[in-house]
Amino acid sequence: MFRFLVRRVIGALVILLIISAVTFSLYYALPRDPARMACGKVCTPELLAQVRHNLGIADPLPVQYWHWLQGVFVGRDYGGLGNCNAPCLGFSFTNREPVLGTIMDRLPLTISLALGASVFFLIIGVGTGMIAAVKQGRAADKIASSFSLLGSSLQIYFVGYIAMYFLVQQLGLLEQPSYTPFTENPAKWAAGLLLPWLVLSIIFTANYTRMTRSQLVEQLSEDYVRTARAKGMSRRSVFFRFAWRGAMGPIVTIFGIDMGTLIGGAIITESVFSLQGLGRLALTAVDANDLPMLLGVTMVAAGAIVFANIIVDAVYALIDPRIRLA
Amino acid sequence: MTPPTPSAAAPLEVTEESAEKSITSPSPKANESRSPGQLAWRRFKRDRTGVISAGIVIFFFVIAIAAPLIAKLYGKDPYTTYGQDIPGLLNDFAYPVKPNGGISSEFWFGIEPQLGRDVFTFLLYGIRTSLLLATAATVLTTLLGVVIGVTAGYLGGKTDYLIGRVIDILLSFPSTLFFIAFMPVVYNLFVPFDEDVPVWLRATCLILALTAFGWASIARLLRGQVLGLREREFVEAAKVTGASPARIIFKELLPNLWTPILIQSTLMLPAYVTAEAGLAFLGVGIIDPTPDWGVMIQRGAQFYSDDITFMIFPGVSMILFVLAFNLLGDSVRDALDPKSKR
Repeated sequence: MFRFLVRRVIGALVILLIISAVTFSLYYALPRDPARMACGKVCTPELLAQVRHNLGIADPLPVQYWHWLQGVFVGRDYGGLGNCNAPCLGFSFTNREPVLGTIMDRLPLTISLALGASVFFLIIGVGTGMIAAVKQGRAADKIASSFSLLGSSLQIYFVGYIAMYFLVQQLGLLEQPSYTPFTENPAKWAAGLLLPWLVLSIIFTANYTRMTRSQLVEQLSEDYVRTARAKGMSRRSVFFRFAWRGAMGPIVTIFGIDMGTLIGGAIITESVFSLQGLGRLALTAVDANDLPMLLGVTMVAAGAIVFANIIVDAVYALIDPRIRLA
Repeated sequence: MTPPTPSAAAPLEVTEESAEKSITSPSPKANESRSPGQLAWRRFKRDRTGVISAGIVIFFFVIAIAAPLIAKLYGKDPYTTYGQDIPGLLNDFAYPVKPNGGISSEFWFGIEPQLGRDVFTFLLYGIRTSLLLATAATVLTTLLGVVIGVTAGYLGGKTDYLIGRVIDILLSFPSTLFFIAFMPVVYNLFVPFDEDVPVWLRATCLILALTAFGWASIARLLRGQVLGLREREFVEAAKVTGASPARIIFKELLPNLWTPILIQSTLMLPAYVTAEAGLAFLGVGIIDPTPDWGVMIQRGAQFYSDDITFMIFPGVSMILFVLAFNLLGDSVRDALDPKSKR
């Protein structure tokens, strides 16, 4: 297990390194003149020179990337603008502060959004999937399957607004989405995020219902289930001690992927509900041509996806002893 | 370690045996032989959900293709701002005067607030744009994915390793984030910073960008399939008889891969429709004067609290399309690959 983790973490770091290099060169090399873009629509030659100096783009691209990489490990000094300490993902010239600080300010919201929603869609999705598998072919199964089909065809940019219109504006059942830090007021935190959680879970639940059902149906028809039943084990304990374990692997896998994408890119969700998370940060950075910020957000998002995958593989092995980690 | 992917498809040759079991109609005459394709078609025709959803999907494509004709018969176009030109349609706040978004016998789906365009033709042309983009992206992605996946699986060794790593990296990319960050940069490659981007260029860039991120998953799936097939006797036999690699790929491998390719691409198209609309919603895909599903939702979001009707039309039609297409995808899979479990 330990060797597996070390190997995977090294692999993940290599992937992140490549992603950073690709992203860096795409963001910085492709526009003919990033300084011209950062300078804005009204740009005097003096201002342009100033921006160019600040961006550090007088140097050739590999040198710039090297400086950025160095910054990640030892920090970087931005002259009169300020200092950027060790894990320095860049310095935003628009905000005049290190990128990582802003990202860390926004991260709690995005994580709250992802974790809260996942509690809902895991419980509902896996629960209905289990019921559907046990009641295979009966009414409960058909209802669950139809709902999951419908749910998988819904889109957050439509359902989100419809829910806000009817549940918040017309009926006043829920609060307008907002974010209060958990440490400040847990009740307000939950109330403000309840609507986004529900809408996200409507959309994500479908996948889990389908997955759980098909996995369990497959497991329940396996020989070991028949053997256990023949030995006189009760249906309930066969289900919860054996079949359930075998079915959970793929579900953990898609859960990891979903968590990675939710933390890295709940951009549409955050725009629909006007929440100032990581996704919105990226959107504003695009509008402001804030390349260092974009690079920083991309790296954090990619990191979330990559490390979610590692955790998933480790958990997978814990659940299903047939999987050998190598 | 890779978790097992849900069984994509068994090769076509096994279908005959299982088809015989499921045939309820009088069994075919002994001398009557059917190709796997015909068997699949027979299975599909018996699947009522599949036939209905195929009808809905075809309906959407027909109205998308016939959009100019329908608009002509209907007598309006998606660009004219009727609400501003004709007095009495929009009130002082630029919202439709009539209830329910201004639905009337004149404007079947109502009028857009503020600009006052006709919702019916805008939606019609919007479906046209979205389906065109999604179809083009699906075709390109499938082609690229098949070529790369089959190459990796067939050649193996270093090529396979390299392609495998590229796929790993692509799948770890936060793609939505990358799109919103990267699309403006791509446009800037072709058009100077402060000029408008022509629509065709936006469309082309979108298709290419969607393809660039989409091929990895289908390539990975096909690579796995080819790895399995490569060791089978019929491929060995072809090799021994001196068949060229091209012949082996096209005559021996590809016929066994049609099922997963078809299934994957039917799953891909609705995903691209919603992805494209999502990008338009975020303002990085197709933008306003061009009719598009996502553009409509983005416009609708601006005044959803005062005029929800405008948002209902693009939203519900998109759900209908995606649902029908997903159901169709399931039926296609059941027809081609009756052994697969849902």
